[in-house]
Amino acid sequence: MAETTERLRRTMMFVPGNNPAMVKDAGIYGADSIMFDLEDAVSMAEKDAARALVYEALQTQDYGDAELVVRINGDDTPYYHNDIKAMVKAGIDVIRLPKTETADMITTLVADVAAAEKEFGREEGSTHVMAAIESAKGVLNAPAIAAASDRMIGIALSAEDYTTDMKTHRYPDGAELEFARNMVLHSARAAGIAAFDTVFTNMDDTEGFYRETKHIHQLGFDGKSLVNPRQIAMVNDVYQPTEKEIANARNVINAIEEARIKGSGVISMNGQMVDRPVVLRAERVMRLAKASNLVDEEGNDLEK
Amino acid sequence: MKNNVDRELPEDLMSSLNYQPYETTEIGNPEIQRVAPVVRAQTGDDKLVDSIEDVVKATVKDGMTISFHHHFRNGDFVFNKVMRVIIDAGIKDLTLAPSSLTGVMNDMVVEAIKAGTVTNITSSGMRGSLGDFVSHGNLKNPVIFRSHGNRARAIEHGDIKIDVAFLGVPNADKLGNANGMEGKAVFGSLGYALMDAQYANKVVLLTDNLMPYPNTPASIKQTQVDYVVEVDQVGDPEKIGSGATRFTKDPKELKIAETVNNVITHSPYFKDGFSFQTGSGGAALAVTRYLRQSMLDNQIKASFALGGITKPTTDMLKEGLIDRVMDVQDFDKGAADSMHTDPRQQEIDASWYADPDNKGAMVDQLDVVILSALEIDTKFNVNVMTGSDGVIRGAIGGHQDAATAKLTIISAPLVRGRIATVVPDVTTVVTPGDSIDVLVTEYGIAINPKRTDLIDALGHIAGVPVFTIEELQKLAASKVGNAKPLEFTDRTVAMIEYRDGTIIDAVKEVKD
Amino acid sequence: MEIKQTALAGTLESSDIQIMLSKGTDGVSIELESDVEKQFGDQIRLVITETLHQFELDNVKVKAIDKGALDCVIKARTIAAAQRALQTQDQPAWEVF
Repeated sequence: MAETTERLRRTMMFVPGNNPAMVKDAGIYGADSIMFDLEDAVSMAEKDAARALVYEALQTQDYGDAELVVRINGDDTPYYHNDIKAMVKAGIDVIRLPKTETADMITTLVADVAAAEKEFGREEGSTHVMAAIESAKGVLNAPAIAAASDRMIGIALSAEDYTTDMKTHRYPDGAELEFARNMVLHSARAAGIAAFDTVFTNMDDTEGFYRETKHIHQLGFDGKSLVNPRQIAMVNDVYQPTEKEIANARNVINAIEEARIKGSGVISMNGQMVDRPVVLRAERVMRLAKASNLVDEEGNDLEK
Repeated sequence: MKNNVDRELPEDLMSSLNYQPYETTEIGNPEIQRVAPVVRAQTGDDKLVDSIEDVVKATVKDGMTISFHHHFRNGDFVFNKVMRVIIDAGIKDLTLAPSSLTGVMNDMVVEAIKAGTVTNITSSGMRGSLGDFVSHGNLKNPVIFRSHGNRARAIEHGDIKIDVAFLGVPNADKLGNANGMEGKAVFGSLGYALMDAQYANKVVLLTDNLMPYPNTPASIKQTQVDYVVEVDQVGDPEKIGSGATRFTKDPKELKIAETVNNVITHSPYFKDGFSFQTGSGGAALAVTRYLRQSMLDNQIKASFALGGITKPTTDMLKEGLIDRVMDVQDFDKGAADSMHTDPRQQEIDASWYADPDNKGAMVDQLDVVILSALEIDTKFNVNVMTGSDGVIRGAIGGHQDAATAKLTIISAPLVRGRIATVVPDVTTVVTPGDSIDVLVTEYGIAINPKRTDLIDALGHIAGVPVFTIEELQKLAASKVGNAKPLEFTDRTVAMIEYRDGTIIDAVKEVKD
Repeated sequence: MEIKQTALAGTLESSDIQIMLSKGTDGVSIELESDVEKQFGDQIRLVITETLHQFELDNVKVKAIDKGALDCVIKARTIAAAQRALQTQDQPAWEVF
């Protein structure tokens, strides 16, 4: 796994791959990850045009610090190989494979990606991959999928196809997704990669969106796939640490610093030893606090 | 000759029209002798006239200055009815001095210019076929563009001397008591027309709704009116609204609106009793909605909202979030209706609203204003008059006037299509950079370096990066590429006055 | 190379450009419709022409309706139109990308 725990991945925003206005403006909303879609958002007749458009945009547009992801067409389509080649040549950060059902699909994808890296003279291993889980079979194979390659950075649940496969549909309380969410999440954590929750499509149901986001935040997801830029601020709001969490995290960080200065291998706070998990949580809280502009680069409070 | 915003001004016109170059946004305390209209005394019993032909015959002569208001916007029937009669009467060399010119008037003005009926124009703005016609050098004398506040000033000074004002109203009695609130084609505040009613030598009302005498409340009074003409229809109620009254769903516009609101709420002016002006258009409505929520969250109320009013603003009045609405024009029927029913929504004339040569105008008391821009340059100078092709297609409106607010925010996308909004030099300076405080784009904000006090307050807003305006300009250029410079001839087609009557820029004829 | 069929790519949406290619006889001729013709007409023509030359399409009639597209969009739409005109969508010309 590459740089998996370091990066914040609260928001992965879908951008229809054949829409120039949206492709060009994708960088302005502050999404942690931008996911250009060559799959469902693009009609069959426009697959070639969307591929060229996303490619040229990636060559020329500045998307800032966002992680750049592309959802390619599945390996059962005639577009799969050309999508991989174009995106690897473009230097995309992450290729997202839809409808992933087995670890073999990831192994094959990684081999195709590696071949493309060689063909276009890109650094070997520079292109990462992630899997979207959209079926019962995919959910049951999630642990193997998540661990299938050290190029894997994350695993995402895609609930529309999954609920259809499960002979149900989406409900407001999300009970139908509970097993899948936990499978995806545990698989990600066991493999040391990121876990993304599914999209929420009803833009008029703000309350429902907050309810769902709070729930997946509580479970431990890194973030959510999003269909509309307006959802970014809402997710960040949910993931923003409280003042108490920040104060606590700052104490832990200070204790680490003290231990470092003293040359002590043991980190202690208020006379108690600080465990590794506490350190990791504190570091994550400070990363989130910085991303929410609650603290500056040094971890000091910013006036609000 | 160059002025203080580094614009080359045409020497011949500056001297023949007796103009001074723009120097400063400071007005100071000049002492001014105002003018007064000529009044023909009468009892008022003979004001009703049967036809526009009769009243034109009685009032309009070659070389006169005539005026109209634009409160009906694109639903206006009065302008075209009156101008048709004037053109057909063979009258020549008129100066047209409306509060502004809307799209529905364009073809008639072009015809009047071609016929020699109109040889001079002063207006807040012009768009479409008329802007194109003028920009191609088809009007002999340069158009004089004035802001709403400056028009009031110019009328009071006698710079604009209106011989006959033709004012459409949705109701009036036979002596001329009228308002904008009742009838079929209602538009609410008569703010701009009140200047004409007060200062024109002859005032002609046109209405499709003759009311029993005396008609109250009277915004225009019988003491001001010479003639009342009944016509079949003064306007199309469907087209009076300014169009963009729906809340935008465009994520880019919403992002800009949200950032504007962030700038307001993080500024030192966002406190109980503050005042604001937001204007019209989908993005402005979005700002109003975000601002409403922030005011609720922080338990802050505004003392007044100013300027062109929309329903979301009058809704906040009803909610108790705003104490008073000071209303010079209404952009939709909801706002117009509200003025009728709520005494806290005060009709104000253009002088009260924004006249710099006044004993105090509302804009001088304004804390926060959100304004738009076609272009803004690295000196923060703003263009709202000429398009990316150099052609006139805009209006000053209250832009220069409201920019005197304590916090003036320009809200504009960095790039529109392939046109950069933030440029090294605007095509036409309308509002000087000295009066602009913050630019908000979808990429982030730029603070006028003169406002060092704002840098601390606005420098650390979550999700709102701060750039220098030069950085934003370079960012825009890197996206669109290098535009070929526009080409103009030496001929001046319009002069842009600053609100004090000095010249801030000139518009040249475009070369095609 | 010769065009096999008349082909179209792109839309009339804002920020897009629609490009239609058909057989020409005398070099690359471009009929351009754009609101930003004055400032960017030359640049738009240049991007289209250079891209077509990379496909070695030397005789082609272009009809382009621009809605404020950036260079990257113009290039992408020209690539898509050229590959459709050459019927090579399934074997993208990677050297042109």
